[in-house]
Amino acid sequence: MTGTTRQRVPAVEGFFTLDDEPHLIGGRLAGSGGYCFPLHLGGSDPRNPAAGVEEVELSRTGRIWSFTNSAYPPPPPFIITEPYVPVVVAAVELELEQMVVLGQVAPGWAVDDLEVGMEVELVTGVLYEDDEREYLTWQWRPLGERPVPDGGDSDG
Amino acid sequence: MDEVAILGVGMHPWGKWGRNFTEYGVHAAREALADAAVDWRDVGFVSGAITVRCGYPGYVSGSTFARALGFTGAQVASSYAACASGVTALSVARGQILSGACDVALVVGADTTPKGFLAPAEGDRPDDTDWLRFHMVGATNPVYFALHARRRMALHGATPEDFAMVKAKNSRHGVHNPNARYPKEYGIQDVANSPVVSDPLRLLEICATSDGGAALVVSSMDYARSMGVMDPVRVAGLSTVTPTYPDTVIDLPYLATDSAAGADAPELGFKESIGARAYEEAGLGPADVDVAEVYDLSSALELDWYEHLGLCEVGGAESLLRSGATSIGGRIPVNPSGGLGAFGEAVPAQAIAQVCELTWQLRGQAGGRQVEGARVGVTANQGLFGHGSSVLVRRCGDGGSHGTA
Repeated sequence: MTGTTRQRVPAVEGFFTLDDEPHLIGGRLAGSGGYCFPLHLGGSDPRNPAAGVEEVELSRTGRIWSFTNSAYPPPPPFIITEPYVPVVVAAVELELEQMVVLGQVAPGWAVDDLEVGMEVELVTGVLYEDDEREYLTWQWRPLGERPVPDGGDSDG
Repeated sequence: MDEVAILGVGMHPWGKWGRNFTEYGVHAAREALADAAVDWRDVGFVSGAITVRCGYPGYVSGSTFARALGFTGAQVASSYAACASGVTALSVARGQILSGACDVALVVGADTTPKGFLAPAEGDRPDDTDWLRFHMVGATNPVYFALHARRRMALHGATPEDFAMVKAKNSRHGVHNPNARYPKEYGIQDVANSPVVSDPLRLLEICATSDGGAALVVSSMDYARSMGVMDPVRVAGLSTVTPTYPDTVIDLPYLATDSAAGADAPELGFKESIGARAYEEAGLGPADVDVAEVYDLSSALELDWYEHLGLCEVGGAESLLRSGATSIGGRIPVNPSGGLGAFGEAVPAQAIAQVCELTWQLRGQAGGRQVEGARVGVTANQGLFGHGSSVLVRRCGDGGSHGTA
């Protein structure tokens, strides 16, 4: 059993908040207002490459741009929990930020349950664990009813 | 842009041979030199494509190959651009020739690869997006290939059968290629019977990693004439473009796209811009192309390239495929070599191998996979972290084999 005191920590610091309604921690380019994720690994806007990047919380809902899974266990540095359950991955469009962000899909959802255009929200979930800690990553979890897929008109 | 001549091409067969990568590179180089009838001691510049999987000799591949061929005092450079390394090495050689620094150059790439998924460099590196995508998401290369395949299904009505048809077509082509690792014909049912790797893509639709080597001997047009080659296959356009901000299509190895909230997306997306630059340098367009070699890291990605190279309109790739136009004998054959589906990827050699194939095609030396009357060919490829790669080759035609006077 998982002990009640097991500490929940991000697998890598600085990518998402740990509250009940978590947000990805991204950046906003001071010059143009464009966004990036992760905060310090985004590209610059060439019109204003020296502009600073301000830390912002990104929208915590978006729509699935595309999705898939990894039927075989990914190689290190992915840490496999046995028995391996195929990782499901979604690329999610954030409307305000006009960008697409990758992430795992929350446990319990398989590719057959997903559609392009489906609305999802950000949650945190366990990536791997040891005796003392659960190491978390960000995940996308579908919201509500399945929408009628419209195919979308934006190629991102 | 001034042209350079492709005087000679050579390859070591692709496979899982497990030998020193230098052997494959030297084999390919000697074949290319013999094909060009150029003495190794006359080569003024050696341009190596780097492998990052074979230790230090791989990082300095240009000098590794030069030493194995016998040091002559030639100038040397080694280039890395992931899957685009081979064309980057060709680009450096072209620059040396067109600047007058040398008359004839050797371009070589070769690799020895481990089994299984390509994985990032070892160590704990949370400031490296290539490490993060594996660690935090489990996003392997096939995951990205499959995201694009699923997107085609949602946007353009592609089906798993369409993807399987690409594999089947390329396998029919590859049967006639003595350098292919898998010279075996696969049908749509064979693909459907292979296990899913990343839904909707199956094992037979995902490029394997291979050992192999490829080489080119390139020269100034004057040098080619001095060798009696009046109508060589020539590099008429070459593209190593980076994306233009904001790059709004998710791709290896990033966790997110750029944002279009602060700047309008460019007129051409990254992949469209790759071929566009090669066309522009050559003063040619998609309608001029007779044959193409594109990077089918997955079966579905080949369909994307049809559109990115302008071989059909956006959303038209499935129809183009189903019409048979991209099979040998069709209007615009794609991957007559068999593509990555028949080869598996030997990273630093692959973009060079694409040029080898088009050279054979334009000379009429492609045997059972010959595209009749091909005069203009284009390659397309992309290296992760923003390396475009496209080469436009052409020949005037009319003359006999290789246009030798």
